[in-house]
Amino acid sequence: MPNPLLQTDDRGIYCAAGDFHIDPWKPVPRAVVTHAHSDHARPGSQAYLASRTSEPFLRKRLGKSISLQTADFGETVTLNGVRVSLHPAGHIRGSAQVRVEHNGEVWVVTGDYKVRPDPTCTPFELVPCDVLITECTFGLPVYRWPEPEDVAKEINDWWRQNASEGRTSIMFAYALGKAQRVLALLDDSIGPIYTHGAVQQMTQSYREAGVKLPATTYATGKDTSHDYTGGMVIAPTSAGRSNWIRRFSSPSTGFASGWMMLRGTRRRRAGDRGFVLSDHVDWPALMDVIDGTGAERVLLTHGDTAIVTRWLREQGIDARDLETPFARQEEDVAEEA
Amino acid sequence: MERFTQLYAALDETTSTNRKVKAMVNYFDEAPPEDACWSVYFLSGRRPKRLLSSRAMRRWAAAAAELEQIGSDQTAPMPEWMFEACYGEVGDLAETISLVVPTEERGAPRPLHYWVEERLLPMRAMEEDEQQAEMTRIWKQFTQAERFVWTKLTTSALRVGVGKKLLIRALSEFSGIDKSVLSHRLMGPWKPSAEFYEQLLSEDETDAAASQPYPFCLARPLEDDVETLGSPDDWLIEWKADGIRAQLIRRQGEVFIWSRGEEQIGHQYPEVREAVQAYVPDGTVVDGELLAFKNDEVLPFGQMQRRIGRKNVSKQMQREVPVVFVTYDLLEMGGHDVREEPLHERCAMLDRLAEDHFTNEKLRLSPLLDGSWEELQELREESRERKMEGFMLKRRDAPYVGGRKTGIWWKWKVDPYTLDAVMLYAQPGSGRRASLFTDYTFGLWQGDELKPFAKGYFGLTDDEFEEITRWVRRNTVDRFGPVRQVEPELVFEIAFEGVRRNNRKDIGMSVRFPRMARWRRDLSPSDADSVDDLARLLPDLPE
Ligand SMILES: [Zn+2]
Ligand SMILES: [Zn+2]
Repeated sequence: MPNPLLQTDDRGIYCAAGDFHIDPWKPVPRAVVTHAHSDHARPGSQAYLASRTSEPFLRKRLGKSISLQTADFGETVTLNGVRVSLHPAGHIRGSAQVRVEHNGEVWVVTGDYKVRPDPTCTPFELVPCDVLITECTFGLPVYRWPEPEDVAKEINDWWRQNASEGRTSIMFAYALGKAQRVLALLDDSIGPIYTHGAVQQMTQSYREAGVKLPATTYATGKDTSHDYTGGMVIAPTSAGRSNWIRRFSSPSTGFASGWMMLRGTRRRRAGDRGFVLSDHVDWPALMDVIDGTGAERVLLTHGDTAIVTRWLREQGIDARDLETPFARQEEDVAEEA
Repeated sequence: MERFTQLYAALDETTSTNRKVKAMVNYFDEAPPEDACWSVYFLSGRRPKRLLSSRAMRRWAAAAAELEQIGSDQTAPMPEWMFEACYGEVGDLAETISLVVPTEERGAPRPLHYWVEERLLPMRAMEEDEQQAEMTRIWKQFTQAERFVWTKLTTSALRVGVGKKLLIRALSEFSGIDKSVLSHRLMGPWKPSAEFYEQLLSEDETDAAASQPYPFCLARPLEDDVETLGSPDDWLIEWKADGIRAQLIRRQGEVFIWSRGEEQIGHQYPEVREAVQAYVPDGTVVDGELLAFKNDEVLPFGQMQRRIGRKNVSKQMQREVPVVFVTYDLLEMGGHDVREEPLHERCAMLDRLAEDHFTNEKLRLSPLLDGSWEELQELREESRERKMEGFMLKRRDAPYVGGRKTGIWWKWKVDPYTLDAVMLYAQPGSGRRASLFTDYTFGLWQGDELKPFAKGYFGLTDDEFEEITRWVRRNTVDRFGPVRQVEPELVFEIAFEGVRRNNRKDIGMSVRFPRMARWRRDLSPSDADSVDDLARLLPDLPE
């Protein structure tokens, strides 16, 4: 049996025929990167290939001077005779699935993805393949996302209620992706919207890329006298433990994440309110995608792979775990990268 | 079901007692009596007997769950291993069921009492396959939030951080009816019905008048030298027993026994209640202590604890741990309030009363002690042997005053200090105890918040540590490395040798040699002491 087209080595998912890695966790000569979250885009590689829309975020994360080749979605790049193309993953702006074709065999690496509509990024595209390497962060049938419109209504109702009580709403969300998705859901007729520095930078890049988002004011570190009452503040969770947060009088805190589906995590992590808003696939969407690609073999990463593997095998699909260091630890549960 | 589900969510969402009370008041404002009576029933921790087994529910839920099949539009029941995997992830059975069973067709909205009276209770009489079919039908009409609350109702008590006390506070705020009246009306057996609820909130309080206790007079710990109290002749001195403080009421042919925590506990001590009924004349109220007492000896408090909080006390339990009432004060005689009389007068009246009427071994008088301070000090050293905590010193000429008034009642304990505190954090021990949570941090009240004040490692039995370890696993709200933050629910009596100011601590004080004196299963968190109580123990600084 010949070597599989993609397999893990000590640095990441490796394509021997094309001599490149996908989302390597250690520096490599050539890295194909699905998206700019730090568990996928690691510094130190000699050359990067990524989607054109992800460029500003990658340069922010990895440095302006990285050697970066970009490709449009659907455009084929040939690396040592292996055909590589990027396809929208719908996870955050610029996020891509990687399609790899060689000797008539097609593999797809999903990276992180979701199929629900999100106005801040290009919608997920189903890519037929022979072998699918998919994430399963939320690979249990208890995870079934509510409609984004319903979550938007919950968030805006919460904000409105707080504003009427003279309180400031603080929403904790991942600075790249989730924060902008939340912004796009907000009804800015309720009050002013403020951002933490980390969120502000990324939001600016979204706007420059032409994504329409409501106006925001940067809640700077210096000006501590401003009255934020009735406003909505978007901040990364790390800000919740900093001094920065003290400037907001009688705050009500919320947290937007798929983990908020469970009462236990809600009580442990959410502050006052938890909102179920995820940039990953839920259980039904995961099954639909696996089914839709027509893949004969499925390799699972990022999540409770043993459970999904067992379920797929009972369904007659050749499924196995792909060992990666994307461990799922309780500490990481708070944020969805 | 919708309104009750919203109430549950509101209670679940906050740890602030004020917000919980507000949520309940809003609920009672809107709910019809037929529903409100059931909410009172569930929130006070009651549950219908002989409900459904959680083992069966797991099986039914897996069968009712619909799992998408790859390569077809069909769904299939969930294999049991998958249900268990989900349960492992979620950690709560009712919540797991609510998440895996889908909502199919929303039926017409129905109120809580319909679901309980017409659907839940009749299920008890059904065969198992009928039960399963009925439960599945009901699950599938509810939203996820409703399914969760419904399943909680059918499998376990509601546990949502609301005790009887908080419920009574909310009902009192809502209705304006005194808390002790409500507490009286919620006593004993009652059936949830609209009539019950209306009686519960009836403004005519005469039904409860006979049961009304007087506010307890509470002692302060004596920290100064006993000589500062002047002559021992100005004081009545008695042993301080380690029992359950109680007020005994005999009025209008009935007997009521109240604990310090405004709870009626008469049903827990039938032997004492019967003795009072038979021997004490009507129109009498006395103050004293319930004590486990056998063969003329006080039993250790651990024995007494076996009697606390039991709904039914078997004859055997009454034989093993007999309880007596030791009386030390008289508050009402012949239907007259005598609290304004000086203590020595009240005691003289009590003596006469006892001579004529306390002719049953269950009713005893607390003996008075005398001597010089020096002699008393010597005698006090025998406290531990006698299973006493030390002395009570009470001003001879003082009236009976409710609350903790300084200077009239002192407790002069051998163990310097104890406070009741609530467990906030737990951490595994080391060595042999590495698998158990044995190191705890305890908190005292400051306003609405519990502030950490001491850590304790010793003082419990291995069985207790094991029981608490299981409890900690189920009641973790947050983790910081090996440290678990737990629901503030368990109360412990913390003993310590002294207290000093310490600005490095959040509360500005630290205590010396804290340890767990015992687990106070009889107390709820609201009974715990406050930071102010600790501050009172600070030695006076020199001018
Ligand atoms: Zn990501
Ligand atoms: Zn990721």
